[in-house]
Amino acid sequence: MRSEIYRELRQALADERLVILATVVGGPGAGGQLLLYPDGTRRGDLGIPELEAAVTTAAEEAFARQAPARIAVDAGGRTADLFLDVMAPRRTLIAVGAVHVAIPLVSFANTLGFRTVVVDPRTAFATRERFPHAAELRTDWPDEALRQVGLNEGSYVAVLSHDLKLDLPALEVALASPARYVGALGSKKTHRKRLAALREAGFDERRLARIHNPIGLPLGGRRAEEIALAIVAEMVAVSHGRAQAARAVLAAGDAHLAAAPEARQEG
Amino acid sequence: MRELLPELERWRAAGKRAALATVVKAWGSSPRPLGSKMAISDGGDMAGSVSGGCVEGAVYEEAQEVIVRGEPKLLTYGVTDDEAWAVGLSCGGEIQVYVEPLQD
Repeated sequence: MRSEIYRELRQALADERLVILATVVGGPGAGGQLLLYPDGTRRGDLGIPELEAAVTTAAEEAFARQAPARIAVDAGGRTADLFLDVMAPRRTLIAVGAVHVAIPLVSFANTLGFRTVVVDPRTAFATRERFPHAAELRTDWPDEALRQVGLNEGSYVAVLSHDLKLDLPALEVALASPARYVGALGSKKTHRKRLAALREAGFDERRLARIHNPIGLPLGGRRAEEIALAIVAEMVAVSHGRAQAARAVLAAGDAHLAAAPEARQEG
Repeated sequence: MRELLPELERWRAAGKRAALATVVKAWGSSPRPLGSKMAISDGGDMAGSVSGGCVEGAVYEEAQEVIVRGEPKLLTYGVTDDEAWAVGLSCGGEIQVYVEPLQD
């Protein structure tokens, strides 16, 4: 790795930026390296137009999935093998609403290696006694708090406050950011109200569709710890691009049980 | 990569040269995901892992040569490979590891 690339990569990681390091590991252009950012900026050069074009296309999907990729590219009759290494910002959970569910949620997220931030201007909720395990505890207003924290492609925002006054400013900042995950706790009715207010604020359907509601994978639990587990499970599934698949599997299970009730052997 | 940077910077400050090994392909039940990394210095240091212990020794040896020659190398380890069989990827998977010198 050339020192120019290494230094830039080191800086990108320090700045918590999402970046791809593309390396030609075999074939024509072997040893060539290129750094790419989601906004299209790049550093370095692979020297072969076919490789540059293929990397640009493959990078789009790799950025979206935040997963590394291996591609084979035909360059003038010979095959070049490229590896796209995705380096994502550190995963951070930002729980908006220092409610009961947030306590086990922070525990689970800590265990999974997420940095944890809890935001709630209601100082009776957001106390160190309740959240000794959160890396950061903030009592400023959610929109201000999320701006201060700085949401990036490694941010997982769980809106849990049960209070529209707190939920809405948090969702507005989260939806305008590149946050990887935005989930909102609340009934269908509550969520309809939230969506109406967000539409009013100018968010289009594509943006609104980013909100995970009902929050968490449908594991069936009702206790705070079980809901927290469902949320953290959904965050993990999202981080691996598997959230839709996980929901589909659970839904297929439901359909299967409805069709053949005798198959129900749980409990 | 992030977790290797402090080590790499320490080695650099101590005047050591280094190589970086990355899992760039994995088949079957390989123990570490794509992109897993290990850093190696010419002073006998190692950080990170590419396989959970089975091939690190072999990668370390290859890395010494990569550092001296200044050229990257693509290595394959797995059950179908004689040399790798000797090294032993106990999980039965196969991995490809790209080892590159890090320039100062």
